[in-house]
Order: sequence, then structure tokens, then C-alpha cells
Amino acid sequence: MVEVIPETSRTRTVILDVPDWPGHRAGQHVDVRLTADDGYQTERSYSIASPPEDRHLALTVERLEEGEVSPYLTEELRAGDQLEIRGPIGGYFVWDVAIGGPLLLVGGGSGIVPLMAMLRHRDAALGAGNSMARHQIPARLLYSSRRWDDIIYRDELTQLANKDKTLEVVHTLTRDQPQGWSGFRRRIDRMMLAEVAWPATEKPRVFVCGPTPLVESVAATLVDLGHQPGLVKTERFGPTGGTA
Amino acid sequence: MKSAPRKKGSRRVPKEDSHAAGEKFADVLRVDGNAAGGMLGELFALDLTGARAKCAGCGATEMVGALVVYAHGMGMVARCPHCEGVVMRMSRTPTHVWLDARGATSIAVSVPR
Amino acid sequence: MSPISRGFRGRRPTSEAATRLPPGQYETRDFPVLSAGPTPRTALDKWDFTLKSTTGKSARWTWDEFQKLPRDKITTDIHCVTKWSKFGTSWEGVSIDTLLSAAGAQGVQPSPYVMAKCDGGYTTNVPLADLMGGKGWVAFIYDGAPLHAEHGGPARLLVPHLYFWKSAKWVRELVMMEENVPGFWEALGYHIYGDPWREQRYAGDE
Repeated sequence: MVEVIPETSRTRTVILDVPDWPGHRAGQHVDVRLTADDGYQTERSYSIASPPEDRHLALTVERLEEGEVSPYLTEELRAGDQLEIRGPIGGYFVWDVAIGGPLLLVGGGSGIVPLMAMLRHRDAALGAGNSMARHQIPARLLYSSRRWDDIIYRDELTQLANKDKTLEVVHTLTRDQPQGWSGFRRRIDRMMLAEVAWPATEKPRVFVCGPTPLVESVAATLVDLGHQPGLVKTERFGPTGGTA
Repeated sequence: MKSAPRKKGSRRVPKEDSHAAGEKFADVLRVDGNAAGGMLGELFALDLTGARAKCAGCGATEMVGALVVYAHGMGMVARCPHCEGVVMRMSRTPTHVWLDARGATSIAVSVPR
Repeated sequence: MSPISRGFRGRRPTSEAATRLPPGQYETRDFPVLSAGPTPRTALDKWDFTLKSTTGKSARWTWDEFQKLPRDKITTDIHCVTKWSKFGTSWEGVSIDTLLSAAGAQGVQPSPYVMAKCDGGYTTNVPLADLMGGKGWVAFIYDGAPLHAEHGGPARLLVPHLYFWKSAKWVRELVMMEENVPGFWEALGYHIYGDPWREQRYAGDE
């Protein structure tokens, strides 16, 4: 482990140096296995936050109250510690620029992690400024969080959207909003998706990630709005939206 | 794709490992075939999440990554998203990975040329 | 060989709990839900319970008939093969002894082994001797209230002296068998018997 970077009060990004890492694609994940000194083992899956272009591997972990692994990764782990990982895993929920766009990303809570890998890859791979390539693969992110302070990668998302007019980032804050908030203030629903998503005729590549109820509802609504099921890829994180 | 949009309104998000009040709790333990990818990868040298499995129950063909996986504790059960039939089941003991793929008539993995 | 994760403790028991814990277990205060599929939801007016012998003779109870049978209150520790144990869980249900007597009067003869069959397709095999003598029930009340669907309601098998995967949720039938045919998990690497005190988690464990 190289470094731990705080993201929000509950999430941290763990940066790993993995010798002989074979490379990965945005959207893939790794399995992390911990072994106590009496041999007890446990494993959890974590999406890779870093794009394939980065030298180090980044995992963003949400610390769950009753978690067994997440408190260890977010609080105990120190620079120089070793972590046993297996991967990269996943051939279904992956995107790279070769797949094309438009690219629609819908995420809730820690579901943003694999989507962020996709946006970081898009940024690294598509050349400078507002190039032709960026206009050909526009991207939109609809991101649901409870509060302003719970938004993971908040500043980086603002910077990315500011410098790149072909990327649009739309937040919805479902529980609490800051003074003067003019954005969405409810759970993602059909009306919001109809407003934010490209029409189905544009055939966007869609990736939905987060807690299972959000993912199922969004996926069903998108199909209902006419999007082809084969173009809507989903990754469900289970009830809490993250792995413990 | 399942089509059952959820109602809006307050819904307690269950904590990990806790007994939730909501009727639909066990249904939210579903994850994606990606979760099975790690365990399958131990059995086969290839990453199977992009492989195509034909459901023995209803005949639908889906990518393994699109199967609905119930993965908590004892093993993984991957079900067909169309008919909910069991396509494959896996468990991991200290010495073996077990796979029962009788629910798949066939599994096709693309290999590099 | 896996490297040791420096500073990782995993879950550790208190010392009082340690005496009640089978080897390799830790105590939980919650009641985790482990599921191999979508939660079956059977309406009580459609629910029935059957005890079936190898000759095909069977005894059947509707929900109302089942509710009229004498029932026990049971307080017990339960142990899941995924290493959590929960102390002092309280249940109400009809003992398998009661069901066997009533079924015997209808000509249903027992066999050495039993397969529990459940809504949703789950199965598990148990020796009859481990269901008799006050060791097994069909339970429908947990913690004073009707058993929730996600914990196996309307009714589940309760065999607390074995690992809890044997306490099959959504149980509908007990089918007698001459041989010990493995059920859902037993056929996939788990121990055919499952005694937590001998730590019989997997096939091949002594």
C-alpha cells in the first residue's frame, strides 16, 4: 500500500503499487483477501477507481459501521503494508473509448467508483481540450448522494466538467441540500432520467452502479423509456451500496 | 431486464449483516455475475463474466455477467434474469472450488485468436 | 500461502461468549440473511406441509390444521457455517415428534433419512434420528412474532444442534429416504451431517 487518500468522511481511496499488474479496463474490480495471524480469512470485492492509464491501482472504499473489512482498509492499513488481491475481474461491466458513446453513467453512493474509472479513462484517452474525439463520445453522469458532503470525488468531478464541455455532471441530493441548492433534491426517478438521459434513439451506452434497489429501478425505467436492454449494463453492490 | 419499478418514498436501507424490517430484504442481496467472476476465475484460467450461458430452464442465452447472483456466505447461486432458474452454483471450501452448471445447457467462452 | 494482513483481527468473541461458541465461530447480535434466491412468498391459504414415506403414503396439514397442533416454545443458540452464532434465539413450532406420531397414525412409516424440500427449490438432508427426541421442529414464530419471509416464513425447519443451513427455510415437505442423499449444499462441497461442535463444515471434515 502506497497511500490512503480521504475522499469523504466515510470513504478513502487506497493507492496500491502492484508489481506485474497485467493492466485492466475501466469498470473492472478486484477481490481483496485479508488473513489474520490465526489463519482466519475473509474476502470482499472492490471496484477499481483508477483508469488503466495510471501507474498505481486505486480502490475507493466506503467504511461501513458494522463492516469487517472496510474499517481495516480505511483506518488500519499503513503505507508499506501488503494486501492480497485477485484480478482484474469483469468482462461485462467495462467501458473504454473504443466502445464509443454517447456514454451515460448513473450512480448512487459508492456506485460512483467504477463510473469514475470510466470518466478518468475517457479524460486520459481522448486528447486535450475540446477535441473532435471528445465531441464524438460525449458523456453524462447522473449521481445520487445523500448530502453535498457525501459526494465522492466531488471536486474532481467539478474540475473535469469545467474543463470539458462534452462532459455533463448532474447531482441529485436526496436527504439534505446546501443553502441555495438549485439542483435535484430527490431519488432518481423516471422524470429525472427522461430529462438527463439522451433519447433512446441516440443509443447511448449506459452503465448503472450502486445499491441494488437503485440499479434495478433505473435499469427498468431506462428500458421503459426505450433503451435497448443490451446497451444498459448494471452492477449491483448489494443492500448498502458498498461491500463491507 | 426485470421491469418492476420501485415506489418512491422512505425506505430504510438495511445495514450490512442486520435484520431489516423491509419485506424485500433478501431480494436486495442480489448482485451481478461480476461477483461470480472471481470465483469462476479460480476454476478456469479465463475470465468467464463475458462468456455466454444458455439457460437449461427457459433457453435464453445471457452473458454470465448478466446473471443474477445471490452471493452471501455459503456460496454463489447464479440465476437466469428471465426465468429465475438456477443456471450455475458454486462454493469454495478450503481445498476446492465446486461448480454445478447443470442449469446451463452450454457455456461459450470466446478465446483470443 | 496468503500473506498475513498486518493488524487485521477479524471478529473476536468475548470470554463468556467463547464457552458457548463452537470452534471457529463468532457471536453476532444481529440475524444475518443468507439466501440462494429470491424470497419465496407463499400465501397461508395456499401453504401446506407434507410428511411423505418411501411407499408414497403421506400425511398433509393445511396452515389452519398445523396451527391446531400442540406446539413448543424453544430458546436456543444457532450456528451458521459462515461462522456467526447467535445466542438465545426464541421460537415456537410443532416438534417433528408430534408430526411423526400423527403421520404414523395415518400409516406413514419413517425411514432412516429425511430430505427437507422447500419453496424456491432448496433442499437439505438430515438423519431422522436428528429430528426426533426433541431435536427438531417446524417453526413459524420467531422472537414472539410470525416468522418473516426473509428468515424463512411462513415456516422453516429448526434443527439447532446442526449448522443452520440444515434448518431449511420455507420448508414444505419432509420426504423419507432409505439412503442419505445429499441436498443443495451437501452436493456442493459441504458436510453431509454438519455438527458445529466437531466443526463439520465441508465434505471430508472429520
